[in-house]
Amino acid sequence: MKKEWPLWEIFVRSKNGLEHRHFGSLHAADADMALENARDVYTRRKEGVSIWVVESKNITASNPDNNGELFEPAHDKVYRHPTFYDLPDEVKHM
Amino acid sequence: MNNILYKYILGIADNCLILGQRLGELCGHGPSLETDIACTNISLDLFGQVRSYYQYASQIQGEGKSEDDIAMLRPEREYLNVLLVEQPNTDFAYVMTRQFLFDMYHYLFLQKLQESNDNTLEAIAKKSIKEVSYHLRFSSDWIKRLGDGTQESHDRIQLAVNDLWVYTDELFHQTEDDKVMVSNGVGVDTSVLKDNYYNSVSEVLISATIEVPESKYFQKGGKLGIHTEHLGFLLSDMQYMQRAYPNMSW
Repeated sequence: MKKEWPLWEIFVRSKNGLEHRHFGSLHAADADMALENARDVYTRRKEGVSIWVVESKNITASNPDNNGELFEPAHDKVYRHPTFYDLPDEVKHM
Repeated sequence: MNNILYKYILGIADNCLILGQRLGELCGHGPSLETDIACTNISLDLFGQVRSYYQYASQIQGEGKSEDDIAMLRPEREYLNVLLVEQPNTDFAYVMTRQFLFDMYHYLFLQKLQESNDNTLEAIAKKSIKEVSYHLRFSSDWIKRLGDGTQESHDRIQLAVNDLWVYTDELFHQTEDDKVMVSNGVGVDTSVLKDNYYNSVSEVLISATIEVPESKYFQKGGKLGIHTEHLGFLLSDMQYMQRAYPNMSW
């Protein structure tokens, strides 16, 4: 008889200017309740200035079984990192 | 005059203390992890407000008593909270209905307390009203959700509203001391809040498909220290440590 509320993924922006980061997940009946729950569960110690909620079923995730073909080909391609040239001293903040 | 102000502060603060204690009883027992945390957050907000009030009250009283003495060491008859806040956590519908009926009052009250001549009360009101706005939003949302939810949740909210309605009128009663505080610009004239309160409460109830009770019979007594049978049990629980181990601290 007991029905579980759907699961929601919670993203919190901790400071203006920073990106929203995944904080965790919780249960709620709908998006409004998810926002309120997120406020109470994840921002009660001043952690955030903005919250996004996404119902977990709406997230399409990569399959760990496919990690080989998805990610391993990148391992031996260090040249994709922009580290093979010298930065002039005049260029700051890189 | 100081004694009147002291009692006036307790009249405000005791509501927060007793309701905070009731909500605290839900810690670990909320219907879900999320609502459990929400209710205890509200409880902590209220305790935070209580501390400010009692610290001020202790200063006014000038007998060297601490905020903890005021909170924990009074006999039942000296607690001046309204009867509404001491009503038990019968079920989640009662918890939310009690919260909603109090939050609406609390919000309107703090709005006016911000205009108090007393700088400390003004400052506490300004800080607290942000918290209470959220409490009101939270409890109103739950009233609408459950009232306009399933037949079962609707019936439970209607029952809780019918049962707790008798305690709403007392929110607007003024003791002789309250009237003195109103006349010198420190206190809030709660009689002017009443129409707004019932209109706003009715608006939420109607949108929640809940019938607004028409009862003309109301309970009173809390503001004079005459409580329902529930407060004694609550206090014996709350005061246990200080009574069993006087002056103990964590």
